Amino acid sequence: MSAHDHHEEMHPPAPVWMYVVNFLVLVVLTIVTYFVATKDLGAMSTPVALGIAVIKAGLVVLFFMHVFESGPLTKLTIFSSLFMVAVLCGFFLVDYSTRNLEVLPPEETAPVVEKSAKS
Amino acid sequence: MHTDTKVTGHSGQVQAGGHDVGHGHASDLAHHFENHYQQHEAGNLGMWMFLSTEVLFFGGMFGAYTVYRYKFEKVFEQASNILDPLLGGINTIILLFSSVTMALAVRSAQQGKGKAIVGWMAATIIFGLAFLGVKAFEWKHDFAIHVFPTQDFCWSYAREMHKTHQHPEYKPNAPAKFYEEDAKNPESKQGKLFFFLYFTMTGLHGLHMIIGFGIMAVIMVYAWNGYYTKNYFVPVESVGLYWHFVDLVWIFLYPLLYLLGAHLASH
Repeated sequence: MSAHDHHEEMHPPAPVWMYVVNFLVLVVLTIVTYFVATKDLGAMSTPVALGIAVIKAGLVVLFFMHVFESGPLTKLTIFSSLFMVAVLCGFFLVDYSTRNLEVLPPEETAPVVEKSAKS
Repeated sequence: MHTDTKVTGHSGQVQAGGHDVGHGHASDLAHHFENHYQQHEAGNLGMWMFLSTEVLFFGGMFGAYTVYRYKFEKVFEQASNILDPLLGGINTIILLFSSVTMALAVRSAQQGKGKAIVGWMAATIIFGLAFLGVKAFEWKHDFAIHVFPTQDFCWSYAREMHKTHQHPEYKPNAPAKFYEEDAKNPESKQGKLFFFLYFTMTGLHGLHMIIGFGIMAVIMVYAWNGYYTKNYFVPVESVGLYWHFVDLVWIFLYPLLYLLGAHLASH
């Protein structure tokens, strides 16, 4: 209905240089991620590699896929699917990293009556 | 959707005779939309809904990768080291090129330039084929050193070939002694798991590219015949979103599969 009367027009095409600049940044980030990966960063290797990948993905999503100029419903759709994958992988890690934990020796699991009760 | 099915030019104006007479809306605007922008947004949202399901589709595989890399990190790094990150990086750049040409195809659609759409999409397909070509070259070597995870998979043979930088011709099986070594080594199964994930994920990704070529070919025919206008080009934008999604998947596959072991020695 016409309660919301903001009749939006089709967005004009972005200038070519926007795509070219994004492309060049993406190529540079690819080269960076390759060279960084050849160094041994220990525990930081994965976060750095994934961080660079997320930045690249962000550029593709926002600018090549025009999400920057899209409505909130589109952004919500994207966010929720990524959120679901994060939940999936996150809980997988929580699950597998907390299996086969060492069992405490018997004396420490038995109830200790002499000590004063702490609620 | 269009209510007339002829693949001919649409000027966006009400046409004399036929369905559009006395209708009061442009022929490239479907009945249930108020204006072209709303029609476009709806089409886009629908495509993003589909892409969400694709995210979950690949997400399952990324989940499997998460679990097994966590459990078998050392062997996964060694297995990843067997892959060539330079070739993978070159492929990443090829795919980025194809993404730019696809984005420019969509931009041509925004300008209402049908023939330009075809040109840019053709360029996208060419870059996509180049990507698959490099992939085929990689996989040829992978099959020859027996990392493809079937009966003839041989972890110790692959590691030996990789350490000594050999590129053997394909033979149906590796020498027997390597299989004997594998049988005694539980890590060989972990290596096999990495390659199962590698071939499935990159294979699924490649399949999506091939499907993309098919869809692009169809869109190109319609575009050539002037079916899309400045106000209606949702199918072109949708294919664009699909192709960029394929690029996104690869942006994550590259570091997770190729760069995982890139810091290790034998490279």
